[in-house]
Amino acid sequence: MAESAASGPGMPQLDVTTFSNQIFWLIVALIVLYFIMSRVALPRVASVLADRRGAITADIAAAEEYKQKAHEAEEAFKQAEADARAEAQRIVEAAKAEMQESLNAQIAKADAEISAKSAESEKRIREITANAVSMVSDVSNDVTADILAVFDVKADSKSVASAVKDQLKGDA
Amino acid sequence: MEGDIVQMGAYIGAGLACLGMGGAGIGVGHVAGNYLAGALRNPSAAAGQTAFLFIGIAFAEALGIFSFLVALLLMFAV
Amino acid sequence: MAEESGGLVIKPMDQFRVEALFGGDIAWYTPTNVTLWMALTVLAATLLMVYGARGRALVPSRAQSAAEMTYGFIYKMIEDVAGHDAVRFFPYIFTLFMFVLFANLLGLIPFAFTTTSHIAVTAVLAFTVFFAVTALGFILHGTTFLKLFWVSSAPLALRPVLALIEVISYFVRPVSHSIRLAGAMMAGHAVAKVFAGFAAALGAFFFLPILAVTALYALELLVAVIQAYVFTILTCVYLKDALHPAH
Repeated sequence: MAESAASGPGMPQLDVTTFSNQIFWLIVALIVLYFIMSRVALPRVASVLADRRGAITADIAAAEEYKQKAHEAEEAFKQAEADARAEAQRIVEAAKAEMQESLNAQIAKADAEISAKSAESEKRIREITANAVSMVSDVSNDVTADILAVFDVKADSKSVASAVKDQLKGDA
Repeated sequence: MEGDIVQMGAYIGAGLACLGMGGAGIGVGHVAGNYLAGALRNPSAAAGQTAFLFIGIAFAEALGIFSFLVALLLMFAV
Repeated sequence: MAEESGGLVIKPMDQFRVEALFGGDIAWYTPTNVTLWMALTVLAATLLMVYGARGRALVPSRAQSAAEMTYGFIYKMIEDVAGHDAVRFFPYIFTLFMFVLFANLLGLIPFAFTTTSHIAVTAVLAFTVFFAVTALGFILHGTTFLKLFWVSSAPLALRPVLALIEVISYFVRPVSHSIRLAGAMMAGHAVAKVFAGFAAALGAFFFLPILAVTALYALELLVAVIQAYVFTILTCVYLKDALHPAH
């Protein structure tokens, strides 16, 4: 292009005469930057990051430890609570058992008295009944003997007694 | 006269070279659109793939920049 | 160029001109605006990483936090992309990232010179990576490094074709690696300059291109960071190929 010949190359990027200059300064800049970065900047940032990571790790460990302690305290408290509860339960149980025992003893005693009394009553009832029966049979014998005497029937007392006895049995 | 024709050809060529940028635009849009479609389908995996998104865009874009470069060369260097 | 079209005189490429700081011809050792802006780049990176992190505080200040985040970001990128054994190259990759990042960002200052918009600069950066990575691959793996090009998972008949494609793409890497960065920087700055030229030409409507330049500036800020990131992550990808060449 005629025009570009007049006002230098149209694209400065393609002006080969400046290449050596650019490349030279680029390499200088890169080397300087590389040494600044690799010798000063990056180790510094890396150490700061490592410090922070260490601090965070330590803090987390400490927090974990505190958490563990809190957990242990909670466990101890729970244990104590459970113990107290068991103790109370035990006392209640013992009192209940004692009461039950004395109750049982009194009931047994009462039962024994009742049964003794009822046995005595029964015995007396039986005595009275036997008396009554024998009295009834005596009276019957006498009455029978008297009636037989009125009708002039001779009968010995023995057969009268057995006949009365049979009669009474049949009634009973 | 001869130089004018050369210049005219260079300008026409530069304009034609710019068409290539449209292709790069389609390519970049395709990459980004497919990335978005995939990211919406599985958002949890999207964050790990952004590097590949940029690599894909860079490759697609490079060809557009080549056509731009051809246009510039025709305008200023031929 | 647009010189024939009356009042509209835009020279978008003038901002990339290399000029001697103190006049005279440009020899390889002449201090030029390249020298100045590279020095500023080194200074800015040092400012952040050394002065910013000087407190060494357990609870970091803002500058220290930024320095630590940059450190962690690049460290994690290398570990994720290239594997744990690539960490020994961390200082150089970090240097690359800081250099490209601050060169891009400083280039966005009005009237600044963008060192990374020059193919000569980015080509040196990219070819350094290319040769270093290739040499590393051969040193670590010997001739088995060549298996990188021999795709053993493909059918046997396809392998020579694939090998050819792989070899070509391997050698195109540094070219695309360098031109991507330079092209992205150059394009953004040239477009900004063109829009600024429109503002001068439009008279009363000057504010429209200014708004466009503002929006473009935001985009360029993003591009500056992303290009630095991409340059670094591609370095890591190439490094991974050298460390683990098996497909």
